[in-house]
Amino acid sequence: MTTLLPAKFGPYGGQYVPETLMPALAELEAAFVESQKDAEFQKEFKNLLATYVGRPTPLTYARRLSEKLGGAQIYLKREDLAHTGAHKINNALGQALLVKRMGKRRVVAETGAGQHGVATATVSALLGLECVVYMGEVDIARQEPNVFRMKLLGAEVRPVSSGTRTLKDAINEAIRDWVTNVGDTHYLLGSALGPHPYPTMVRTFQSTIGQEARTQMLAQVGRLPDTVIACVGGGSNAIGIFSGFLNDESVELIGVEAGGDGIASGKHAARFGDPSKSRIGVIHGTRTYVLQTPDGQIADTHSVSAGLDYAAVGPEHSLLRDMERAFYTSATDNEALEGFSTLCKTEGIIPALESSHAVAEALKRAPKMRPDQIILINLSGRGDKDLNIVTSALRVSTMGGKI
Amino acid sequence: MSRISDAFKQKPIFMPYYPVGYPDLETSINVLEALAKNGADLIEVGFSFSDPLADGPVIQKATQVALERGVTTQKVIDAVAELRKRGVTIPLILMGYYNPMLAYGLENFVLAARTAGADGFIIPDLPPEESGELAAFLGDLPQICMLAPTTSGERMEKIARQARGFIYLVSVTGVTGSRTDLPNGIDELIQRVREHTDIPVCVGFGIGTPEQARAVGILADGVIVGSACVRAIGESPEPVKAAREFAKAFSESLSSRNKNQA
Repeated sequence: MTTLLPAKFGPYGGQYVPETLMPALAELEAAFVESQKDAEFQKEFKNLLATYVGRPTPLTYARRLSEKLGGAQIYLKREDLAHTGAHKINNALGQALLVKRMGKRRVVAETGAGQHGVATATVSALLGLECVVYMGEVDIARQEPNVFRMKLLGAEVRPVSSGTRTLKDAINEAIRDWVTNVGDTHYLLGSALGPHPYPTMVRTFQSTIGQEARTQMLAQVGRLPDTVIACVGGGSNAIGIFSGFLNDESVELIGVEAGGDGIASGKHAARFGDPSKSRIGVIHGTRTYVLQTPDGQIADTHSVSAGLDYAAVGPEHSLLRDMERAFYTSATDNEALEGFSTLCKTEGIIPALESSHAVAEALKRAPKMRPDQIILINLSGRGDKDLNIVTSALRVSTMGGKI
Repeated sequence: MSRISDAFKQKPIFMPYYPVGYPDLETSINVLEALAKNGADLIEVGFSFSDPLADGPVIQKATQVALERGVTTQKVIDAVAELRKRGVTIPLILMGYYNPMLAYGLENFVLAARTAGADGFIIPDLPPEESGELAAFLGDLPQICMLAPTTSGERMEKIARQARGFIYLVSVTGVTGSRTDLPNGIDELIQRVREHTDIPVCVGFGIGTPEQARAVGILADGVIVGSACVRAIGESPEPVKAAREFAKAFSESLSSRNKNQA
């Protein structure tokens, strides 16, 4: 009853799941470990990343944004240019290939912003898998374009009406489906969350972001960045880019959580930012920092971006924070919207609201840095899905005089 | 622990699950008392969690309502003490998810539960791999092990050997909730478990009627009824009366099997 790979990141992680799922986790871990040693698997994965996903994604120098901020030079890792418009496809593809390897025929997934749902629907179409995506009713309403995309791609989107009707409830339903259909079904989890081996496996599939970015920085600029910034919901895009720089001590790693209406308002998803609500706990199979009530009930969260609107953070981030290898901060909804607008107007790039949180942090930091210093932002996704939210939010903000 | 072994002197036993706080705190305590005094041999006393990922719709709804109406882990422990005060002598096992226990503090939780008169714990999201931390505080109170149809032979042997109190055998791959038919291969599954242990094997998930309970009772040492119990009682205009009738119907169905055998 021991795992092949370490199940924990220091005190975090683990396998807090019902007994029915323990054998499935062992099967998944075994398949993952074997696939990592299998040259054929690696070849197929890399080939699809190149010819289907469009990797490597470019590293873009944000000249006008850098000039406007008048400090550090800013570079963007363009995951928004990956097929389906976000980094989520890297992990979805890796797991879907494992599903084929395990001989299962059906996948279930959760989605918040819809990016992971779209990525899962996409790889399911590509590989001929039956696909069911669970999505909270609140998220369905605010990310409608992605719901249409998933349906067009042949997936079934099941609305989740329990609890807060957002990402955490979608995960509950996906797990319930998985427990019920575990014989032929794989849970294609979209972030570096959940029980072992998911956090390790998802990081591995997303590590291509960090490897590429590091190589590209050296090739295009001739040096490593001083600071790498990524938004953190569950934390898969962040762990993906961080993993490329973990051994480079000179590179500062910054994760940006959703500050919502501000920490003081209590309406946010800043697991590392609000000690009054955040404690180490267990949710969805993993032990990590969790926003919760004093009685241990999972707290309601808020963010303008559905993809960051989640009460727990991936367990490896909790360890990186304890070790002070990475630092975590937050951006409010309004700061993220400002990051969104600024990037649109200076660079002609419409970022996802999730990624806009990372842009917001760069807006704060770059002016305080020297022009010979470099910030690398992981632009984890594009913002087409967010146009409805942004249009109405910016209008409200304009009336309030904030933007 | 002795209350648990005493409960299994006459098998098969009837083990309903009911959450504290549904439809409200006072009614739920009266319901639990009525179950205990009308034929339940052991009760799983539920404490609520906002994200019950192993539960089907009936228990999800009931525990959600309990939370909305203000139930807390402390109130559940106090309810156990109140039941003891009212003369309930059967084993009371606290059943719920791990995070509320962590939030309470594991050592304090176990101490408070013991003082109140609880006899053990069932924690669906705490498999043996993760249970060491809690085990350090348990003393003679068992954490009831769960086994499932997906559990492999080797794993089953390891878990069954360490099991204390009784084994909670999950009869189907799925979440809690009654099914129309009894699960296929349940007899084989029970046999597989018995190869590794002499402690009582109780079957839960999917059992909804006295007839199903009776059929399972022929094979198992105990029959666990959750969702059907919560629905029958929670949806009744007279929950305490419904609890009395529910407990009587199931325990009579199970004990008629006893008499037939004798």
